[in-house]
Amino acid sequence: MSQERQRPAVERELTMSRAVVEAIAEEMRDNEEVFYMGEDVADYGGIFDSTEGLLDEFGHDRVMDVPISETAYLGAAVGAAQEGMRPIAELMFVDFFGVAMDQIYNQMAKNTYMSGGAVNVPMVLTAAVGGTYNDAAQHSQTLYGTFAHMPGMKVVVPSTAYEAKGLMHNAIRDDDPVVYMFHKRLMGIGWMPAPQGPKTPVPEEDYTIPFGSADIKREGSDVTVVTLGLHVHRALDAAAELEDDGHDVEVIDLRSLVPLDTETIIESVEKTGSLVVVDEDYRSYGVTGEIVASVAEESLADLDAVERVAVPDVPIPYSRPMENEVIPDSKDIEDAVKALE
Amino acid sequence: MANISTRQLKSMYDDMVTARYYEERLQEEYMEGKQPAFDISAGPLPGELHLAAGHEASGAGVCEHLRDDDTVTAPHRPHHIAIAKGVDLKRMTAEIFGRETGLSRGKGGHMHLFDTDVNFACSGIIAEGCPPAAGAGLAAKKRNDDSVAVAYLGEGAIDQGAFLESLNFAAVRDLPVVFVIEDNDWAISMPKDRVTDVENGSQRASGFDMPGVRVNHDDAVAIHEAAGKAIGRARDRNGPTLIEVQVHRRMGHFMGDPETYRPEEDQEAATQRDSIERLAEDLRARGVDSATLDDIESEAHDRVDEAIEWAKDQPQPDPAQAHEDVFVNPPSGVTDSEPQYELKRGDD
Ligand SMILES: Cc1ncc(C[n+]2csc(CCOP(=O)(O)OP(=O)(O)O)c2C)c(N)n1
Repeated sequence: MSQERQRPAVERELTMSRAVVEAIAEEMRDNEEVFYMGEDVADYGGIFDSTEGLLDEFGHDRVMDVPISETAYLGAAVGAAQEGMRPIAELMFVDFFGVAMDQIYNQMAKNTYMSGGAVNVPMVLTAAVGGTYNDAAQHSQTLYGTFAHMPGMKVVVPSTAYEAKGLMHNAIRDDDPVVYMFHKRLMGIGWMPAPQGPKTPVPEEDYTIPFGSADIKREGSDVTVVTLGLHVHRALDAAAELEDDGHDVEVIDLRSLVPLDTETIIESVEKTGSLVVVDEDYRSYGVTGEIVASVAEESLADLDAVERVAVPDVPIPYSRPMENEVIPDSKDIEDAVKALE
Repeated sequence: MANISTRQLKSMYDDMVTARYYEERLQEEYMEGKQPAFDISAGPLPGELHLAAGHEASGAGVCEHLRDDDTVTAPHRPHHIAIAKGVDLKRMTAEIFGRETGLSRGKGGHMHLFDTDVNFACSGIIAEGCPPAAGAGLAAKKRNDDSVAVAYLGEGAIDQGAFLESLNFAAVRDLPVVFVIEDNDWAISMPKDRVTDVENGSQRASGFDMPGVRVNHDDAVAIHEAAGKAIGRARDRNGPTLIEVQVHRRMGHFMGDPETYRPEEDQEAATQRDSIERLAEDLRARGVDSATLDDIESEAHDRVDEAIEWAKDQPQPDPAQAHEDVFVNPPSGVTDSEPQYELKRGDD
């Protein structure tokens, strides 16, 4: 991270999964009403280490293994939240959302509005997202756009351990439903090695990162690259390569999709005049189109050139050469930046 | 062992030893490049791999009754069922290796195998094979043919809406469907009693007014007998049946599973029970000598080795193929032109 934050020096580094767990544990200590539900979150500690160690401290009553009944337990989280508790419910893979879509789309997301603000749903829905390890079409999606599309859910996507902790504290304390989408490849799981970037210094004390505050991960003057999750790191790799070719690339990490920090993006585009949006979700009707449209609406005159880098409109194929073809890598981002000229 | 011929016993034995050896070989291939530190995305065979060692009897015992035109849907742990259903071993292996000549041209992988020649499909989303199996039964019934459909699921899947709704749908329409629960005691790290209050999944049947049968041992002959009744009932248009079979998980949930949640005795017990050895004893009791059994086994090994060698020789798909197969018709549908009508509206 190149930006200079005005904050005390922190040296302790954590993987993203440790940072997530630290935030959850702290909130559970502070508030009896916070509890976690999911498949294999107790003894296993979460398939992607999202709850590793929580069982020991909090026991099976607060770190609850649940039946493979997503409709029932996500819906139960909605109900418990409406009673004022602060449940966290996990979708082991975001791809399983379909099984519980009504509870997500028609209950969790809409009850506040349909009640004219009388009801609120202070829950967190966590979900593992992403490909890059050849798990094929039913276990590799990010589905950022699917969740961000429906009004009524805040949607956040950490890219590093630092973000993971601050966003989780804010998510649990938020009085609205928050969808917290963590990329498997970033968690720092032993059997799925993470790239260099996501393991960062993390303050010991708790802190919150406001939603709707994008972070400039790298400053540059020629091109604005807007992205999130794993692709923050791929964009930074691309930017480092492009520097040698004389391109000065700015990389913006959205950190949340709902709300969306268009201001930071537009300020950057005013400076650079060119925009590349990079997404691991499908190209059509999604994050890339949304960002480009938002910038165009507000600041069309500043926009000289635009590129989108996303998964073409195909399901994620299994075989490695084909998966590599559809999931954007840093080379694809480099090409897109070069194509702007 | 009333209604089963020695030929059928041998055929089941063949399926079971094929499946067991197939998975041993797959395991070897899968672990290549993933040691000493297990990295799921390394080596020639990436992605998740769910092996079914300990489940073989339920594949063989049920599928022994099935014809190519009967449909089977399997879950994320499909190999033993695919083998028993007669899925093309070479093309299935090529698929698992992600090769161009695989069943799905490398697009599906081990959790998403489709062999239309024998009406086999599997899916990685829990219980989601149940509704399509009911649909295959519905099609058979509408067309008045006597084919049947079988949906396999794990005991962890019996709490899922797709399963329960399918039981009801099949029951109320008297569809020729058999649901087969493979109870291996574990849903990844979750033991049965943590997630359901009923002792047996087969009890679910009573709420839908269909027969529910449990086979308490992974005994291929007993499974064959229970499945025979259920499939006969379906073929005769007398409606669906739910069968639950006790099987065992000899390995982790997926390769790389540390199984720290699992008591050692349980793991040990699973490897002690061996449905293959049990069936071999049954065969010997019928006077089949060891040499014959050895022959079946070594032929199975040869077939498996050949399939794996063949698969490894197959070409990788061209990356550009990733863009194909989203639709079978072009995006414009069956036509790319439309006739010119003059549409006259009301009074204007
Ligand atoms: C809807 C859905 N939820 C969760 C999962 C993740 N998952 C894959 S296998 C599995 C456990 C399945 O247990 P069981 O049905 O008993 O089958 P087994 O793996 O033991 O053969 C889970 C929770 C999934 N694939 N689909």
